[in-house]
Amino acid sequence: MADKNTQHTPDHSRRRFLKYTGTAIGGVVVGGVIGSAVSGGFKKDTPQTSPTPSASPNPQVTADYNQAPMFLNQLQLQVAEAAAERIFPKDDNGPGAAELGVAFYIDHQLASPWGVNARTYRMGPFVKGEATQGDYLSIERHELITMGLNSLEETAKTKHTKGFVDITPEERDAILTSMEKGEILVVNGITGKTFFNSFRILVMEGVYSDPLYGGNKNMAGWKMRKYPGNQMSYTNMIDKDQFVVMEPRSLHDHFVH
Amino acid sequence: MATKMPKVPVVIVGMGWVGGIIAAELTKQGVKVVGLERGKPRNTADYYMVHDELRYASRYDLMQDLSKETVTFRNTEKMAAVPMREYGSFLLGEGLGGASVHWNGQTYRFLPYDFEIYSKTVERYGKQKIPEGMTIQDWGITYDTLEPYFDKFEKLAGISGDAEQNPMVGKRSAPFPTKPMVKTPVLKLFEDATKKLGYHPYMMPSANLSEQYTNPDGITRAACQYCGYCERFGCEYGAKADVIVTALPIAQKSGNFELRSYSNVTQVLNDGKKASGVVYVNTVTGEQFEQPADVVIMASYVFNNIKLLLTSKLGKPYDPATGKGVIGKNYCYQTNGGSATGFFDEKQFNLYAGAGSLGMEIPDFNGDNFDHTNLNFIHGAGIRISQTGQRPIATNSVPKGTAAWGGDFKQKSLKYANSVLSVSPQGSSLPWKHHYVDLDPTYKDAYGLPLPRITFDFEEQDRQMIKFVAGKAAEIMKEMNPTTIGSSDQLAPYNIVPYQSTHNTGGVIMGADPSTSAVNSYLQMWDAENVFVVGASAFAHNSGYNPTGTVGALAYRAVEGIAKYLKQGGSVV
Repeated sequence: MADKNTQHTPDHSRRRFLKYTGTAIGGVVVGGVIGSAVSGGFKKDTPQTSPTPSASPNPQVTADYNQAPMFLNQLQLQVAEAAAERIFPKDDNGPGAAELGVAFYIDHQLASPWGVNARTYRMGPFVKGEATQGDYLSIERHELITMGLNSLEETAKTKHTKGFVDITPEERDAILTSMEKGEILVVNGITGKTFFNSFRILVMEGVYSDPLYGGNKNMAGWKMRKYPGNQMSYTNMIDKDQFVVMEPRSLHDHFVH
Repeated sequence: MATKMPKVPVVIVGMGWVGGIIAAELTKQGVKVVGLERGKPRNTADYYMVHDELRYASRYDLMQDLSKETVTFRNTEKMAAVPMREYGSFLLGEGLGGASVHWNGQTYRFLPYDFEIYSKTVERYGKQKIPEGMTIQDWGITYDTLEPYFDKFEKLAGISGDAEQNPMVGKRSAPFPTKPMVKTPVLKLFEDATKKLGYHPYMMPSANLSEQYTNPDGITRAACQYCGYCERFGCEYGAKADVIVTALPIAQKSGNFELRSYSNVTQVLNDGKKASGVVYVNTVTGEQFEQPADVVIMASYVFNNIKLLLTSKLGKPYDPATGKGVIGKNYCYQTNGGSATGFFDEKQFNLYAGAGSLGMEIPDFNGDNFDHTNLNFIHGAGIRISQTGQRPIATNSVPKGTAAWGGDFKQKSLKYANSVLSVSPQGSSLPWKHHYVDLDPTYKDAYGLPLPRITFDFEEQDRQMIKFVAGKAAEIMKEMNPTTIGSSDQLAPYNIVPYQSTHNTGGVIMGADPSTSAVNSYLQMWDAENVFVVGASAFAHNSGYNPTGTVGALAYRAVEGIAKYLKQGGSVV
């Protein structure tokens, strides 16, 4: 479990070292997989070359070359992580959205067929119907989400003269609540409510989808709720009265076995 | 110009449950059949990585690509219909096997009452019991006539169920082919509570095999592993019956069957009295083909059956102003609401494990199994508990008053992740003069055809029914003794956004009278003797039961009609 050092500014050289050692993730290093949104560590990091495993002083050192943002810019990624963390915060139960890699999950989804509404009906006219008739957005999902993230940032700047990642958690909650209530327009005609609802669902997906999508890091989302993930059979315990806790398995486990 | 293919005796539009069963049975008899499927071919090997909630449940991997075709919807004729741009209320299948691949496997038979709903309602309560505008009618067939066909479908699929006959549902001529599924602690809790209240619980008839089974065609399938991934997923074991692991291999083995995938039918060629074949588009190349046939079987989903008949100008379109005409008439759905949720502070259940049709029902408030004399509705709902596998993205129940996000939400959703049970009514849906499907005047599909337009809402009948069964569900949940209960007996207007049920019915309904129905009891069109329209589109109303058992029975009934027609021609009734 992460310790209480999350509020301190991390020592960057130490952070970088620990970040690239497998043992450090979720241990000493604070915050999420893109750096600590709470301490603002990520945005202050300067670009650097990752140490290669063979050049490392520690034979266990590995860099995850499969992980990098596909879609969002750096600021949007940070705002996404900070907002996601408020929706699913770290607590005594375990990690929050930041540590679970939810920002990466969201980024990857925006770059996916889902982000460009590949399998939704897109022919016009786009007419605003009744609430019972569903979505009428003429913009694509990746546009809605990035506009929403930009709007979170702009609102923070207007209200607090600071960026979204630099205001207090309570101030972030207040802005998110205004979004949820539809008090903030994300873009002409689209309320923050539409963005917020979609973003909230993305966060839950990032917490609980298979780790292959970039979130639910180390299956920690599943572990918190004792969900066993990808198991081939429950035949031997389906009739049991007592609750059975088992080590979760991911689709990766399924694939390599 | 369409390329003309050599004529075949039978062409089937859509290779789901219905198309597969008809193909298997006709080819067994030596009839040559061509099956057209707009989607891709697939089999159990494609589900190796199927335990992926995001891909299949949240992103609808197995469902129809809505960028090509969808439906439009409005609650009433006063509203302008808008397209269903993304999935919500119901999920349309696509690809070989259709919805049989992604269903849960809950395989009920409709009640004897359902098939004679008009006569039996009038007989017991008088004509005035039926409100103005409600268009219930008899189906032109009785439960007893349909019983052998139910039996055939259940034997094909290997349906699991209780050995003893429940007194409140239709009488069976033979026991279920396989034993019931495992009665888990969750189910036992429901069973004890409902028995204590004097009700008649029974195990949900299940197409997830409770044990290894060999069907009458000699196909052996493995038992269900209770992995918790049924609805919206394909079964990698083949334990969940679908058409690919049951009927299709029989058709393919016969040597008389040709399957054409990526073939989207856009027209039924006809002269107003008979069909001469179909036109389809190869969805890969865009090329058009004409497939002439002696008999055309329409076996796609409800909306597509209706749409193709309307765009092909076959049968009389329904006119809601006069109530005349039949194609598009009596569109019904499923009325779900009034469930009771129990939060158990001191108990954890193994809710991650389960199967699509692992559950129990009481039929005491379904159909006309209870007296409606002093009630403002007819029919009712099956009240159930099920353990389908609680997947974590979809299931985050929290007690009332908890915020939808933030620390308190996280804490409560984790606390109750394995401690929440629901007792849920699945209510009938009865037809009204002003509920129907026609063609949208504005929106088109990728092939230039108009989208089907749904005009539908819940009525006072439905609100009264939900209020009544919500009370029963809450009573049962209370008896199950949770720490807190959440329930609601209010039914909001029909909204196409939240998922409710993929039990859309009607539009090409069966009956004994050509002026009020589109097909006869063999699913043969009154207006075109060589066209059979088979599926839930034939339901004159929807019961409080899942439709597939009855759809399967109607497919076997249609086979008999088609065979008869091939021999003698003319109307088979």
